[in-house]
Amino acid sequence: MSTHNVNPNGDEHAVVPHGEHAVVPADPIADPGLHHDEPRLTDVDKKAERRAERQVAGMFALASLLTVAFIVFYVIVGIHPDDPDDGVNIGDVQVSNLTLGLTLGLALFLVGAGAVQWARSLMSSPEVVHERHELRGDDETRAAALADFETGTEETGFGRRKLIRNSLLGALALLPLPAVILLRDLGPNTGPSPSERKEHTIWAEGVRVLTDVTFMPIRAADLEIGQLVNAMPATFEDLPEHGPERINERAKSPVMLVRMLPEDIHVAPGRENWGVDGILAYSKICTHVGCPISLYEQTTHHMLCPCHQSTFDLSDNGKVIFGPATRSLPQLPIAVDSEGYLIAQSDFTEPVGPSYWERTR
Amino acid sequence: MSAIVNGAGKVVDFVDQRITASNWLKRNIRKVFPDHWSFLLGEIALFSFIMILLSGVFLTLWFKPTMAHVVYEGAYVPMRDVGMSEAYASTLEISFEVRGGLLMRQVHHWGALIFLAAMSAHMLRVFFTGAFRKPREINWLIGVVLLVLGVAAGFTGYSLPDDLLSGTGLRIIEGGMLAIPIVGTYLSSFLFGGEYPGDDIIARLYPMHILLIPGLILALVTAHLMILWYQKHTHWGGPGKTNTNVAGAPFYPIYVAKAGGFQFIVMGVIVLLAATIQINPVWLWGPYDPSVVSAGTQPDWYVGFLDGALRVMPPWEFYIFDHPVTMSVLIPAILLPGIILTPLALYPWLEQKATGDTREHHLLDRPRNVPVRTGIGVAFIVFYILLWIAGGNDFFATILEIPVNWITWFIRIGIFVLPPLAFFATKRICLGLQRRDRDKVMHGRETGIVMVSPEGEFSELHAPLSQAQAYQLTWHERQLPSDPGPATDANGIPNPNYRSKRVQARLSRFYFGDVVQKPTREELESAHHDGHGAESAHRDELPSGQQ
Repeated sequence: MSTHNVNPNGDEHAVVPHGEHAVVPADPIADPGLHHDEPRLTDVDKKAERRAERQVAGMFALASLLTVAFIVFYVIVGIHPDDPDDGVNIGDVQVSNLTLGLTLGLALFLVGAGAVQWARSLMSSPEVVHERHELRGDDETRAAALADFETGTEETGFGRRKLIRNSLLGALALLPLPAVILLRDLGPNTGPSPSERKEHTIWAEGVRVLTDVTFMPIRAADLEIGQLVNAMPATFEDLPEHGPERINERAKSPVMLVRMLPEDIHVAPGRENWGVDGILAYSKICTHVGCPISLYEQTTHHMLCPCHQSTFDLSDNGKVIFGPATRSLPQLPIAVDSEGYLIAQSDFTEPVGPSYWERTR
Repeated sequence: MSAIVNGAGKVVDFVDQRITASNWLKRNIRKVFPDHWSFLLGEIALFSFIMILLSGVFLTLWFKPTMAHVVYEGAYVPMRDVGMSEAYASTLEISFEVRGGLLMRQVHHWGALIFLAAMSAHMLRVFFTGAFRKPREINWLIGVVLLVLGVAAGFTGYSLPDDLLSGTGLRIIEGGMLAIPIVGTYLSSFLFGGEYPGDDIIARLYPMHILLIPGLILALVTAHLMILWYQKHTHWGGPGKTNTNVAGAPFYPIYVAKAGGFQFIVMGVIVLLAATIQINPVWLWGPYDPSVVSAGTQPDWYVGFLDGALRVMPPWEFYIFDHPVTMSVLIPAILLPGIILTPLALYPWLEQKATGDTREHHLLDRPRNVPVRTGIGVAFIVFYILLWIAGGNDFFATILEIPVNWITWFIRIGIFVLPPLAFFATKRICLGLQRRDRDKVMHGRETGIVMVSPEGEFSELHAPLSQAQAYQLTWHERQLPSDPGPATDANGIPNPNYRSKRVQARLSRFYFGDVVQKPTREELESAHHDGHGAESAHRDELPSGQQ
């Protein structure tokens, strides 16, 4: 394939490189050649030149002043309270942020603007034209390079000594494996598999349902119709404060208690006794990608995930009615204990949260 | 002045006696750099990256990348006695107990937003002007990788403070990983060190964010600039500016002063933004709690299109041997980035294949002169913006006062309908602009002066263009679709390559078939000779100001 360029000067029959049969007609206008810029005001007028000089120097001087001002503000605008018990005053932090930022930002800006102004108005700037060199090496060099490479390859005998070559390739192919295997212990190496861990929460038979935030047990009568309460299992409080279990359960176990008129509830077969007087408990973890769900519309019993707007109908077994989620919100079967508090009948009957490969229908 | 020269001279002399620096300097110190506003976009990306590095180093001096549980007792009273990770507590410390700490946090975050915006704009500039063509394909590829690394840097950084928003972002990442067939749960378990969120992830993201990713970015930026330096910058055509030369200002002093100054201007603007516009006030969000999320929260802008794709997917899931394959997550979170990045990375080669053009190009294309490429670019922008709108569908629903489901449905349909429409509309507009350029060259500029001939004929007076003006509209190459040639040669022997040539010819017709060609010399001459007697006759009578 030819590397011939279409002649910008419009030769009669320049050849299009890709189609040997096409003929390019002549260009209509010949290149008039480089156009030279008019002299700038600062090039011809001494006064304008001195004014530009003062402008540039003025910007640099102002930048120095602002840098000094930055240091002054750093010292005089305190953010540390006199009495540590008082805590920080947000207003002080904002004043500090504003004064430090404005002085530093303007100082930087002025140094830059001064330099650009200097280049534009005072540095003599003839337009320079350089020829481009061809990027491809010339044929002689390419041939020489290839010959050198072949000589080297010949000297190793890489092509001839197949036993050495293949054993080397084999060894090199295996060597990355340790690097991969070493990463194995990024995940836990004992206990249940990742998917098995997903199948269980700390909900279990008889575990009391506690309100979130205050961690108080809940009686059926505490909930009004239309109300929604975020809740956690009582066993959550027993988890150690340090270590990951607590926050991991926080990501799996939260439920929402809602109470609605029993006649509004469409109960799926097998779930007839999962609620208590119109109180139902659903997982708070969205089955789409796991955001905690939070926007409840009482009149329709619709629950909307604020992340991606999956919408679930809590009066219809948590069925998806809009959005990208593919499966219903898991429902927690609940009952009442001897003291009248809400308890779980069991753990969730299916994994909470997003779909994953190992889970079954 | 001479003192400076003498001082510099001594340094150069020292270096030269050891590594022959004079040789390199002689060739490069007056290297030509062409000037155009659009060439500054890449500089903004580079300079904001430097600002991110500087502010980032400052932040590492206080930030504690660990999820160890602490009870906050610092200066910010509303959070006292709240349990949180050390990462979040140290972020509060930087914000409230280190003077200038909040400023540097905001500089770092603003810098990141601008870095990604500038890279994206730079990439669009390179695309629409054809600057990716041979010999610059390598730099295009490096640019694509840099964009991906930039997003990775941004996302890992977003996750580090361990506030409510960053944790929610990670949770969505986990949901995306779980959707990957067969290995999803294991990948998630390796990343988080067990169940989500565990107490490892911050410590694991930290070295990615401060070492690995910025190190790769720095290395690739260096390669990007070295290649740019070696190949010389592209430039716009025009009088005296051809495919075989480069016209502009010398590197030293003009380019050094302008680009060096611009560095300070970019840094200054970022600091001014950080001083005046609050960004990511993590003390308001609170520490991460997996059971809490606030409505209406948005990711940083560069992740918005992915979040939008997650939002608008219909609930599509099927089973392979009783194992769920959740396409509603797999497509947007895993497949979409590949669907976007693969053609983006390969575009220079795809276009080369279609047009059959394998020559070096150093002159930029005006977007109108390659209508199909410009149309493809605009179609992609429309596609991206639709997903981006989807990422803020709740926000748009609120301001437009319509149900969020309507917006979701609009995007679900629009994502298939609007990009092709944008392609055709853009192509038409480009062809119209080309036609106008051609008319200008053929008949001159419309003056708005209408003449009545003695016969009562009305005609508008056209002022001819100067040679430079006319050349400005015609320096681009004439783009002709390639011709596959005859299927058989003169002796009736079939050409064995005819099939592939015909496919290639069809593709090049897609690119160039509708292009409005600039006039040929003959066409121009005949336009001046007949039919437009009025304009040439009156050419001399125009006031000189209108010529």
